[in-house]
Amino acid sequence: MKKACAQAIAVASICIAFLATLAMAQTGGELRFCLRMEPKTFDPLKVEDEASVQVRYLTGGTLVRINRQTQELAPELALAWKVSKDGRQISFRLRSGISFSDGTPFSATDVAYTMQQLMDPALHSPTGDAFRSGTGSVETKIVSPTQISITFPAPVAGLDRLFDQVAILSQHSPKRELAVLGPFMLADYKPGASVLLKKNPNYWKTDEEGRKLPYLDSIRLDIQPNRDVEMLRFKRGELDLINSLDSEYFDKLAATSPQVAHDAGPSLDSEQLWFNEVARAPIPDSKKAWFRSTNFRLAISDAINREDLSRIVFHRHAQPAAGPFSPANKFWFNSKLTPPAYDSNAALKMLQGEGFRLENGTLKDKSGNAVVFSIITNAGSKIRERMAVLIQDDLQKIGIHVNVVTLDFPSLIERMTQSFDYEAIILGLTNVDLDPNGEMNVWLSSSENHQWNPQQKTPETAWEAEVDRLMRVQASSVDPKKRKEAFDRVQEIVVEQEPFIFLINKNSLSAVSTRVHGAVPVILSPQTFWNAERLTVAGQ
Amino acid sequence: MMLKAKLLKARMLKAKIAGHVLTLAATVLLGGLLSAVLVRLAPGFDVDERELDPHLSAQSVQALRAAREQDQNIFRFYLSYMNRVAHGDLGKSFSLGQPVRTLLRDRAPTTLRLLALGLAMAWVAALALALSAAWLKASIFDAASTLLSAALLCLPAAVLALLSVLWNISGSLAIALIVFPRIYRYSRNLLTRSYSLPHIVTARAKGLGEARILLWHAIPGIAPQLLALAGVSVSMAVGAAIPVEALCGLPGVGQLAWQAALGRDLPLLVNITILVTLVTLLANSGADVIGQVFRSQES
Amino acid sequence: MNLWQKLASALLAGVLCAAATASWLAPRGYAGQDREAISEPPSRAHWLGTDELGRDRFARVLYGTRISLLLAPAAALLSTLMAAVIGGLAGYLGGTWARMAMAVTDLFLSLPWLFLLITARALMPLNVSPLFSVVVTFLLLGLLGWTTAARVLCASAASLRSADFVRQARAVGVSGQRLFWIHVLPNLKPVLFAQFWISIPVFILSEANLGILGLGVAEPMPSWGSLLKELEGLVSVGEEPWKFVPLALLVLVVMSFQSLLARQEEMTA
Repeated sequence: MKKACAQAIAVASICIAFLATLAMAQTGGELRFCLRMEPKTFDPLKVEDEASVQVRYLTGGTLVRINRQTQELAPELALAWKVSKDGRQISFRLRSGISFSDGTPFSATDVAYTMQQLMDPALHSPTGDAFRSGTGSVETKIVSPTQISITFPAPVAGLDRLFDQVAILSQHSPKRELAVLGPFMLADYKPGASVLLKKNPNYWKTDEEGRKLPYLDSIRLDIQPNRDVEMLRFKRGELDLINSLDSEYFDKLAATSPQVAHDAGPSLDSEQLWFNEVARAPIPDSKKAWFRSTNFRLAISDAINREDLSRIVFHRHAQPAAGPFSPANKFWFNSKLTPPAYDSNAALKMLQGEGFRLENGTLKDKSGNAVVFSIITNAGSKIRERMAVLIQDDLQKIGIHVNVVTLDFPSLIERMTQSFDYEAIILGLTNVDLDPNGEMNVWLSSSENHQWNPQQKTPETAWEAEVDRLMRVQASSVDPKKRKEAFDRVQEIVVEQEPFIFLINKNSLSAVSTRVHGAVPVILSPQTFWNAERLTVAGQ
Repeated sequence: MMLKAKLLKARMLKAKIAGHVLTLAATVLLGGLLSAVLVRLAPGFDVDERELDPHLSAQSVQALRAAREQDQNIFRFYLSYMNRVAHGDLGKSFSLGQPVRTLLRDRAPTTLRLLALGLAMAWVAALALALSAAWLKASIFDAASTLLSAALLCLPAAVLALLSVLWNISGSLAIALIVFPRIYRYSRNLLTRSYSLPHIVTARAKGLGEARILLWHAIPGIAPQLLALAGVSVSMAVGAAIPVEALCGLPGVGQLAWQAALGRDLPLLVNITILVTLVTLLANSGADVIGQVFRSQES
Repeated sequence: MNLWQKLASALLAGVLCAAATASWLAPRGYAGQDREAISEPPSRAHWLGTDELGRDRFARVLYGTRISLLLAPAAALLSTLMAAVIGGLAGYLGGTWARMAMAVTDLFLSLPWLFLLITARALMPLNVSPLFSVVVTFLLLGLLGWTTAARVLCASAASLRSADFVRQARAVGVSGQRLFWIHVLPNLKPVLFAQFWISIPVFILSEANLGILGLGVAEPMPSWGSLLKELEGLVSVGEEPWKFVPLALLVLVVMSFQSLLARQEEMTA
C-alpha cells in the first residue's frame, strides 16, 4: 500500500514537473537575430531603411495591421474603421483603457498628434509622403476619446492599409518617441553592435487564453552586415533566425538540417534589367537609337534564358518574372501574363527585322556599328554579378558583346539619376506593399523614379502617356475593381513595351532554429517575426 | 661662457621642437583638406540612396538634394569645419545622424585595444622568428617561416577575419596575422644582413656572448630601420583594422570608416583621416626621433 | 644553386609554361559556361571542377596566371623603384629633403585612396577592354604601394650616410651620384627585396578587392585574386578542398620568388 502510494506520488510529481517545464517553455526567453545595417533612426515617423523599419514593426503600435500571413487588414488599436465613399476621409473607433509603455494613457488625441506630425511638410519621409495625394492640409476631428476622423485634401488610394505603417506617438509622454504601444520597447542601443528590445509591460494584447503578450522577454538584434558571419553564428546556435537568406546558404542549410530552412514561395521582389532611354544621356546616338526601339528591347528580353537564371543563380529558389508584379501579389497580379519564353532565334529574327545583321558572329546595326554595350550593377551583390555574366553569355550567342561592370552603390546611383552615363543596368526592386499606388512614382513619366527616362516634361511616347493616365485613374478611384482594371492594363502595356526587362521573382527564404516555437515564415516582410508577440524560444 | 652656450642650445632645441610641431600640425591639416577634396571629387558624392524610394514625393527628393548641396564648395566646407573644431564641435555624421565627437569617443577604445594587442603579437612573433633565422641559419627553419608568412600574405584579409570568427579568436589575432608577414620579411632581412657584417662575424668567432652581440651590436646597428618599420606597422595595422572590424562586428573606428566610405559621409571621413594622419605622424616621428638618438650614439 | 632554388626555378618555369600554353591545355577557355555542370567536383572533363557558373576552374587558374603573374611583379617592381627613389634618395640627401619626403610619405599612408580609385574608375569609359582595366589597376597599385618601404629605406639610407665606408669614399673624392648608385643602393637591397617580395601577393589580392569599385579584371576574365575570393564562402570550403588549389599555387609561386631572390641577395652580398 505504502509502496504503491509512494510510486503514485513519484509519478505524479514527475508529471507535474514535466507539465511545469512545458508551461515555462511557453513563455520567456530571448530571441536573437541580426540587422543588416545600423538603424538610422528610432523615430517612427522618419523611418526609411530596412533596419529601422524592422525595429518599428516590433515596437510601434498601429491602428490596423496587415496580417502578413493572410494579407488581410486586421484591427489593432482601432476596433473598427470606415473609409468614406470619396476616399478622402477615414474614421476610427479606438480601444479604450490602453496605455503607452511608460504608463501614459492612450487616446484619440495621440492619433491626431501623430497625424499632424506625419503630415508636416518639413518632414520628408516615405511614410508621410504615401498619404500625400494632393496639396492642402490634413484635418483631424476628435469626436470622443475613442473616436477620430481624418480628412485628406484629395482621395488616397488604399487609405486604410497605409495605416499599417503609422506607429502612434504619445503627445504627452515625457519620453517622446520612446514611449511605445507595441509588444516590445527599446531598452538598450549600442551603436555599431546591437539593439536590445524588452517586453512592453503595458502591452494591451492578450492571447485566446487571456495570457499577456508578448511571450518573449526580450529580443536582441545584432548589427551584422556580413552574410557569411551571420550564417556561421546561426549554425553555431548564437542566432535564432535569419530573416532573409541567400539561396546558396539555403541549400547548404537544407542539406544538413532541413527543418530549419524555409522556402515560403515567390516573394514580391523582382530583379530587372533596363536600358538608358534618356535623350540627353552622354552615350552615342547609335546606342540611344537601339535602346529606344521597343523591338530591340523585346528581342533582348527573348534572348535571355530566365530559366537558367532561376536555376543557376538562385538554385531554383526563384521564378521567371512575368511582369512588374509577382504572382504572389494575388489580388493585383494580372494573371493573364506569362514570363517570356527563351527563344534566341526569334530574338535574332526580330533584330533582323529592325535592320540588324549577323556578320562573323558579331551583330551589327543598320549603319554597320557592332552592337556592344555595358551592363552596370552594384558590386557586393553576387547574385546580380552572376546574372550579368549569364546574360553576357546569352547575348553573345546572338552576336552581342556585353561588358559587365560592377560599381559601388553611390557611383551607380549617380550614373542612374544624375549623369545618366550608363547604357544598361541590373537592379532589383524590393516591394514592401501590395498596393500599386506605392509605385506611383515609378510609372509616372514626370517623376524622378521613372528610372529609364525620368522627369519627362511631357510623356515622350504614346504608351507612357497612356500609363500616366491609367495610374491616375487607379489613384483616384475607390472601387477596387476599377483600380484593378486600370492597373492590369498598365501591366500589359509594360510587358508589351519592356522598358524594364523583368528577369525573376525571388522566393522568400528564411532560416528558423528549432528552438523557436510559433514561427510561420511568410513572404511579406518581416518574414519570420511578423508574429513576434506570439513567438517563444525554448531551451534557455 | 658655458652658461651662454647652454642657453643657446636650449633655445635652438625649443626652436627645433616648435618647428617639428608646426610641420606636424600643417601636415595633419593638409591631410584633412586633401581627404575632403578626394571625397568631393569622387563620383557619388551628392547622391543619396534614399532618393530611390518610390514612396517619396517630388518635393521630398528635392529637399534631400538641397540638403547635400551645402557641402558643394569644398574649401568653404573645410574652413567652416576648422572653425567648428576650434570650438570643440567635430560636426555631425550624414549617414548615422550622430555627432562625430561622440561616435569617435565611443569607438576609439575598441580600436586602440585591437591595434595595441595585434601589433604587440605581430612584433613578438616577427622578432622571435627573425632572430631564430639569423641565429640558427638552419635552412629548414627559414623555409618554414617563409612558408608561414607566404601563406598568410596570400590569404585575403576577409578570409582571415572570417577564420577568426569561425574559431572564436579575438580580432587582434587577425590583425596580428595580417601585419606579421609584412614586418617579418623586413626584420628578417635586416637582421640577417646585420649578422653578416664583418665586425659581428668576428665578434662571434671570438666567442663573445650571443646576448651581448644582439643587444649591443646587431640591433643598435639596424635600430633606426626597425623603428621606422615599427612606425609603418602602425599604419598597416590601422589599414587592417577596417576589414577585420567590419567582419568581426567590432564596433570600432575601422567599422565606422568603412560605413563612412560607402556612404560618402564627408564630416566623418575628414575627421577619421585627420585622426589617422595624426596617429601615423606621431608614430613615425617618434620612430624618427628615437632613431636619431641611436644614430648619434653610433657615431 | 642549391636544391631549393633549383626546385623554385623549375616550379616558376612550369607555371609560366602552363600559362603560355593555356589555350592548348584548356581548349574550352575560361568563359565557357557548362550550364549543366554547376559547382561540380573535379572530374575527367574538369580537372579542378567547375565554379558556380559552370566554368572550368583549371582553365581559369591558367588564364588567371597569365594576368596576375605578369602584372603583379611589374607593379611590385614599380613600387620598389619608387620607394628606392623617394625613400632612399631622400634619406641619403638628408636634411629638408628627407623631412619633406617623409611628410609626403606619411600623408600618403593616411589618405583614403579608395576615393581616388573610385574617381579613376569614373574617368574610364564603361566599355574598356578588360585588359586595359586590369593594367590600369596594377599601375595604380604600384603608384600607391611604395610607402611602407620608403620609410624604412629612408632610415637605412640615413644610417648609411654616416657610415664609415661612405665617409671614407667621400674623403677619397667619390662623387655623390656614383656614391649613391654604387655604394649606398646595394646596401639597401635587403629592404628592397623584402618590399618586392611582399608586394606581389599583396597586389594580387588588392586587385581582387578593387573589383568592388569596378576596377581590376572585368568578367568573365579571371585573375588569381578573383579565384582566391572564392575562399570567402568559408562556410562551404571545408567540404570542397579543390578550391584551395589557387591558394596553394600562389603560395608556392611566392615562395619560389623568395628562393630566387635569396639567391640574388647571396650573389651581391
